[in-house]
Amino acid sequence: MTATQERGLNERSQGFALRWLTRLAGTDLLDRIRIRKGLERAVFTTTKNGFRSATVAGRTFKAARKLAGPARQPTGKPRSLFDVTPDDEQQMLQEGVRNFAEAKVRPAAGGADAECTTPAELLEQANELGVNMLGVPEELGGVMHEQAAVTSVLIGEALAYGDMGIAYAALAPGAVATAIAHWGTAEQEAAYLPSFTDENTPAAALAILEPRALFDPLALETKARRDGDDWVLDGAKSLVTRPGQCELFVLAAEAEGLGPALFVVESGLAGLSTEAEPAMGLRPAATGRLLLEGVRVPAGSLMAEGRREAYVECVQRARVAWCSLAVGTAQAVLDYVIPYVNERTAFGEPVSNRQGVAFAVSDIGIESDGMRLATYRAASRADQGQDFARETSLARRLCAQKGMRIGSDGVQLLGGHGFVKEHPVERWYRDLRAAGVMEGALLV
Amino acid sequence: MINLETPKKFKPLATQANQVATEVFRPISRKYDAAEHAYPKELDMLASLMDGLDEGAGMGGAGAAGVRRDSNGNDGEGNRNGSNMATVLGIIELCWGDVGLLLSMPRQGLGNSAIASVATEEQLEHYGGKWAAMAITEPEAGSDSAAIRTTAELDGDEYVLNGEKIFVTSGDRADLIVVWASLDRSKGRAAIKSFIVERDNPGLKLDRLEHKLGIRASDTANFTLQDCRVPKEALLGSPEIDTKAGFGGAMQTFDNTRPLVAAMAVGVTRAALEETRKRLGEASVAIDYDRPALSQHAAAARYLEMEADYEAAHLLTLQAAWMADNAKPNSLQASMAKAKAGRTCVDVTLGCVELCGSVGYGENELLEKWARDAKILDIFEGTQQIQLLIVARQLLGKSSSELR
Repeated sequence: MTATQERGLNERSQGFALRWLTRLAGTDLLDRIRIRKGLERAVFTTTKNGFRSATVAGRTFKAARKLAGPARQPTGKPRSLFDVTPDDEQQMLQEGVRNFAEAKVRPAAGGADAECTTPAELLEQANELGVNMLGVPEELGGVMHEQAAVTSVLIGEALAYGDMGIAYAALAPGAVATAIAHWGTAEQEAAYLPSFTDENTPAAALAILEPRALFDPLALETKARRDGDDWVLDGAKSLVTRPGQCELFVLAAEAEGLGPALFVVESGLAGLSTEAEPAMGLRPAATGRLLLEGVRVPAGSLMAEGRREAYVECVQRARVAWCSLAVGTAQAVLDYVIPYVNERTAFGEPVSNRQGVAFAVSDIGIESDGMRLATYRAASRADQGQDFARETSLARRLCAQKGMRIGSDGVQLLGGHGFVKEHPVERWYRDLRAAGVMEGALLV
Repeated sequence: MINLETPKKFKPLATQANQVATEVFRPISRKYDAAEHAYPKELDMLASLMDGLDEGAGMGGAGAAGVRRDSNGNDGEGNRNGSNMATVLGIIELCWGDVGLLLSMPRQGLGNSAIASVATEEQLEHYGGKWAAMAITEPEAGSDSAAIRTTAELDGDEYVLNGEKIFVTSGDRADLIVVWASLDRSKGRAAIKSFIVERDNPGLKLDRLEHKLGIRASDTANFTLQDCRVPKEALLGSPEIDTKAGFGGAMQTFDNTRPLVAAMAVGVTRAALEETRKRLGEASVAIDYDRPALSQHAAAARYLEMEADYEAAHLLTLQAAWMADNAKPNSLQASMAKAKAGRTCVDVTLGCVELCGSVGYGENELLEKWARDAKILDIFEGTQQIQLLIVARQLLGKSSSELR
């Protein structure tokens, strides 16, 4: 690299740091976080038998300007050295989000879990931290000058350290923005992305998962049928966060003649409805089903011309994102059980003086570190434009299996106290099962 | 900047090590598994070749580079990929070939690592270029190395060693044996020092060579030390008994060799996975990284599970080496890597034998051998349980008296 190029790069990263800081300073977020105590909660009621309701009639998405072609974040340069340390900007963001997660998210998690909703204010604050615009190209108002899978992973991990369900709700709109930024047409980018870079970010969801056993995202039962210039969609999507409030969906359907593909679908269309689908965990994300019955969308709703590679990459990026949440929650378990087993006494000494207890803690440490490294590797390959199918698959296996084991041991180490809601480990047990179940919904 | 790929600058080294593994180790792998205690003379040529390479080039065995933090460590700024990383990468490739043969590499023993790590300039000059084995374990002291009974008594200008040592890797073939002995058994672990004993010392008597489950290419010797006299200068490190510094000095080598043993396990694991994937392919079972594991053939799902453990073990091992290169304290990560890689190697190689059926179990292929070789990797240089103890003490902030 020449000196000029290097200077150019430094200036660009500094530029990013400054832009991000300016943005944060421009909001009154920090003041509010310190001052406002009472959180207004819009209560999302989960009923015993989910009653169906239409999706909201959202804003009108309109292109402010016409793009000559789709804008894309470039991939980063190949990195030559092995390195486990995030760069300075990433550390800054990570620290900011981690502080937010500890100060705001964790204290709100129990209530959000019980009420099946995340306080709107928390979502706004997370949005103001910039978590939803990481995938948006600079030309369209984004802050990252190149692909940011690693940064997204670090943020997902930090936020899930506070709570996985809140992290899901908070990061879901960003997944839609990232999907459009990666695979949207110029028209889709122009119409939708600007709303993700201002304060009034719409609720939005990337819906791939379908409600059936052995779901395979490459064998979808949601169908998109051609009808004249339109596509007509039929099917059901599962565990979508806040579907009733979403103004925009990116959803996956088997497109006639093309295979599995992504479509941009605005809320309020005829045939589009939602019903509550509360689950074992992720309850602050107010999960629900999205039902499609003859939903008619224009030809321009198809993303990436229905290319299979684009869709597969979307599935992979979503899995990496769920891994990052599992890593953050696993770390929360480890940090919670350590003081507990050190302080809890039985037979006259701390229970952690026993190998049976201590070794379980060792295993949580070992496996969560393995999960973390595998997830970082997948994300880092994605940022460098390398194939990351293998690394994603292996990280997902680890996060599904070891992550669940960590969730289970977290409860076990607290014994009966772990089983009651006085401690968060029972929530983490429920949440960690999601890492191997969820598809889509989030993206890095 | 996070990047967990093999550093570009070490790719030629890894390729070269892989060629050695393919062209030298694999062809004689079964031969020396069958002919236990026969000396793999093919390695002499290879060893001379390696002596010609730069120190720390990562092509040697566990003792190749030594682990002098001061010379290998961070140069003060930026990220560094140095000799620890190189050594780990080299070992992974060579053990993909044959771990028993790697352990038999002349002049690459664990004793060499100890000498390279703590010897004075004079000692380096005197003992350099020789093959050194390591003698720690005794019949009554395994993981509990502080309990060793071998004694060293100063008599004029000489130390007189008495005791019994077992499980000495390359003990019969090496030129030197680094023997752990106590200067004063009443002073506990602080009094344990290591002494360099020449193999032809008349006080060092070879009792027998072990017959083993695996790594049969590597000789494992048992010795009796009877009034074994060595010059004062044969003591490695300081002769002072510093009860405050405790065991740290003697254990220092272990902190640095654990990632290397983890690397051995990673190499053997990868060998088994690659062979198994080929065999599954022949049985029309393909591995698909995009379809959910549980929607695939049960064998594919099992394979993915094993490969995931391999991935974690591999990355934990590289991380531990990377930390050493960057002068970051890595005792926790080194033990994590050793624990994960050791158990993964055993689980995966045994799983591969099961998946491959009689092909895996039979001696026509190497899978059953790898499954036998694997077990020692979860035992020597600190068993699985010892690693878990070290990890737990660090995570929980406990002393060895609190968590025993």
